[in-house]
Amino acid sequence: MRKIITNSYMALIFAFLYAPVIVLIIFSFNDARSRAVWGGFTFDWYRKLFENSDILSALRVTLIVALLSALISTFIATLTCLGLQSMKKRLRGIIMQVTYIPNVSPDLVTGISLMLLFFFIGIRTGFPTLLMAHIAFNIPYAILSISPKFKQLDKNLYEAALDLGCRPAQAIVKVILPEIMPGVITALILTFTLSIDDFVISYFTAGNQISTLAITIYSMARKSVNPQINALSALMFVTVLILLIIVNIRSGKDAKNSARARRGEKS
Amino acid sequence: MRMQKLAWPYILWMLVFTIAPLMLVAYYAFTSYDSSGNIYFTFEGFKSILSMESTVALDFLGLNSLFGIDLQVPIYINVFAKSLSLALVSTLICLLLGYPAAYILAQRSRKKQGSSFLLFMFVLPMWMNALLRTYAWLALLEPNGIINSFLSIFNVGPIQFLYNDFGIGLGMVYNYLPFMVLPIHSVLLKIDRSVVEAAEDLGADSRQTFARVIFPLSMPGIFSGINMVFMPAMTTFLIPDLLGGGRYLLIGNAIERQYMVSRDYTVGSALSIMLLVFVLASLRVLTRYEQDNSGGGVLG
Repeated sequence: MRKIITNSYMALIFAFLYAPVIVLIIFSFNDARSRAVWGGFTFDWYRKLFENSDILSALRVTLIVALLSALISTFIATLTCLGLQSMKKRLRGIIMQVTYIPNVSPDLVTGISLMLLFFFIGIRTGFPTLLMAHIAFNIPYAILSISPKFKQLDKNLYEAALDLGCRPAQAIVKVILPEIMPGVITALILTFTLSIDDFVISYFTAGNQISTLAITIYSMARKSVNPQINALSALMFVTVLILLIIVNIRSGKDAKNSARARRGEKS
Repeated sequence: MRMQKLAWPYILWMLVFTIAPLMLVAYYAFTSYDSSGNIYFTFEGFKSILSMESTVALDFLGLNSLFGIDLQVPIYINVFAKSLSLALVSTLICLLLGYPAAYILAQRSRKKQGSSFLLFMFVLPMWMNALLRTYAWLALLEPNGIINSFLSIFNVGPIQFLYNDFGIGLGMVYNYLPFMVLPIHSVLLKIDRSVVEAAEDLGADSRQTFARVIFPLSMPGIFSGINMVFMPAMTTFLIPDLLGGGRYLLIGNAIERQYMVSRDYTVGSALSIMLLVFVLASLRVLTRYEQDNSGGGVLG
C-alpha cells in the first residue's frame, strides 16, 4: 500500500516535470499551427527551422561563443589552479571567495553589472562583449571542476619529474596535466553546456546586432506562437541531454577509478 | 612548486570582470547626468524608488485585504512586496512537493533501486534552458492551449491560467522544484542509519522517528533548498515576462525594463542594489543554519 502511494507520487512529480517538455516535442511534429489540435505528422517545422536565416545565424553565434568560451575559460582556470597551488593559504582563500561571487549573485545582477562594465569602458555590445561575459561566468565553474583534481594530486610527482631532469614546463605538460585531465575535460563540457544554456547574461551583453539561440527564442516567444520554436526546443533538449549523459558517464567512471585507487592504497 | 605567476592573469580578470562590475552598479546607482552630460553624485535613484508621490495600496500575500489594512506605499515597494510574496509562496510549495519526493528518492537510493537513474531524471529538466521550460507551459496554459481544449470537452472553461499569480507561481514551482529536491535528498542520504535504528530500538514508531530524528536532521538540506529556490524566484524576469504576457511587473522585470526600455541606469542600479542586498542578506540568514557540505551536487 505504502509502495503504491510512493510510486504514484513519484509518477505525478515526474509527469509534472516532463509533461511540458514531451508536449513541446510532440507538437514540433504537428502539421497544424495550433498548439491544441493534432493535424498529422510532419517535419515541416524542422525544415522551416533550417531555412530560417535568423535562427541559423543565432545557432552559429551560440556554438562559436560556447566553444570559444569553454576553451578559454578552461585554459585560464587550469593556469589559475596551477598557480593557486603555490600560493599562501590566506590569499588563495580570498581568491576562491571572490570566485564564488558570480555563483551566488543572481544572474540578473551579473548580467547587468557586466553590461554596465562594457558601457562604462565604452565598448559597444556585440560578439566580443558576449564572449567576454560568457568567459566571465564560466571561469568559476571551470575552476570548481578542476581544483578538486589538484587536491587528489600527489605533490611529489612534480618534484620527481624535476629530479629526473624535466624542465618545469615539461613537468607540467607531461606529468601534472595528464593527472588533472579528467577535471579539465569535465570543465570543458560543463562550461560548453552552461554557455549554450545561458539566456539572462547573454541578453544583457549581446547588444542588438547579434543574437544567441536563447535570445532569438525569447523574442519569438514574446511575439507569437511559432511551432518552429518547438522544433528548436526539441533539438536543444536532445543536445543538452546527450552532453549530460556524457558528463555523467565520465564522472561515474571518475568515481569508480578513484574508488579503485583508494582501495589499492589500502591493500 | 613556484607557479604563483600562472594565477595572475585570472586575478587581473577577476578584478575587471567580477569586482569592477559590481562596483559599477553602485557607481551608477549614485550618479546621474545633467543636460550638458556632466556626471554628478545623487540619491535620485533611491529617492524616486521610495518617493511617496505615486503610491498604491500594498499587496503582500493578500494579508492586507484579509485584515482590511489599506497601506499606501510607493509603486516599487509594492512591486517588491509582490515579488517577495510570490517567491515565498513558490518556495513553500516547492518545499511541500519536494520534501516527499526527496525522501522517496533517498529511500530508493539506500535500497539501490535504480536510484542514480531516477536522480538523473530529476536533474535533467534543470539543465534544460529555463526559457524553454517556461515556454512549454505557455503552450499548455494558453486560452486555446492544450489544457483548455481538454477542459472544453467537458464544457469547462476556458480558464485563464496565464497573466496572473497562478501562472507565474506555477512557472516558478516548475522551474525550481529540482533545486529544492536535490539538497534535501543529499542530506537525507547522509543521515547515519544507526541513529534511525537507535530511535526504533528505543521504541519510536515510524512517525515519531521521522518527526523527532529524520526531519530535524534534514534541516540543513531544507535551508539549502529554500536558498536555492528563493533566490532565482525572487530575481527572475523571464517567468513574469513570458507567463505574465509582459503586463505583469515583478522586481526582476522592473529592473530589466529600467535598463533595456527606459534606459534609466540610475533607478535600475538603485533597484539592483536593493535587490542584491536583500537577497544576499536572506542568503546569509539561511546559511547560518546550514552545516558545511550540505548542498546538493549540481550534477547529481
